[in-house]
Amino acid sequence: MFESSIDRIPDVFMKVPLVNFVLLATMLFVIGIVGVLIRKNAIIIFMSIELMLNAVNMLLIAFSSYKSDPNGQIFVFFIMAVAAAEVAVGLAIIVMIFRNIKTIDISILNKLRG
Amino acid sequence: MHFLEIIKNLSLVQWAFYFLSILTLYGALGTILSKNPIHSVIYLVVTFFSISGIYIMLNAQFLAAVNVIVYAGAIMVLFLFVLMFLNLKEESTEMKTSPMLIAAVSTGLLLGLILIATIRKAEITRVNYNDFDPNTGLIETLGMVLYKNYMLPFELVSVLFLVAMSGAILLGKREKGESHF
Repeated sequence: MFESSIDRIPDVFMKVPLVNFVLLATMLFVIGIVGVLIRKNAIIIFMSIELMLNAVNMLLIAFSSYKSDPNGQIFVFFIMAVAAAEVAVGLAIIVMIFRNIKTIDISILNKLRG
Repeated sequence: MHFLEIIKNLSLVQWAFYFLSILTLYGALGTILSKNPIHSVIYLVVTFFSISGIYIMLNAQFLAAVNVIVYAGAIMVLFLFVLMFLNLKEESTEMKTSPMLIAAVSTGLLLGLILIATIRKAEITRVNYNDFDPNTGLIETLGMVLYKNYMLPFELVSVLFLVAMSGAILLGKREKGESHF
């Protein structure tokens, strides 16, 4: 006998609407943006960028799970790979900046200002 | 009273969702507001673990595991390592001055308001009961899709990692005549 299709669907998809996940991702993204704007420490700005990336990942996974489309989750997998590479290079740049000017305070890094 | 009724009627899944959401937002706020960068890293690890919990709730077990391994494992260790390596003694890197702080926070809140107002207008479809597949996030399905349709990008990611690795080594190399710290 086949089960009815309602039984196969996990509880969360029935009881928590998709818009809740979208709102949670929005709030996480806004917190990341505020973090980039208010902090001066370059490493904490990097962490805020990670927060924004994770908000987008969560949004993609929520949509892909509700639509049962695996392509969205593959995309998240690639985003994670690119984020890992980006962090490695970015932290190397921060270490190099610290080695040259002995600080990572971005308010001192204004030499490129025209 | 009405609010209390709503809270009493929440099911277990909804409790789990709200608990994980509050934990995620708490960790995110702690990340951007704590004075000590080490505390920021710890808060960010909390956020990543609760985001992994949300992925498990969404039936995406593979990505939950990858999230723990890559973000909470590798990336945060890298952050912590660099923070301890730099050994920022003076806590000079605080928030910006108050006019800029107000401008930044109001910009962020305005963006959030615009996004939420847009989402309220959007029409979000419900779960399609007929062709719902509970195995979407499992490693079997994702592996089939990844190695069939996304073979070339998957291989290109390895080239990206190679370039990133050599770039990081090149940036980290000490040049001649540079001061030691």
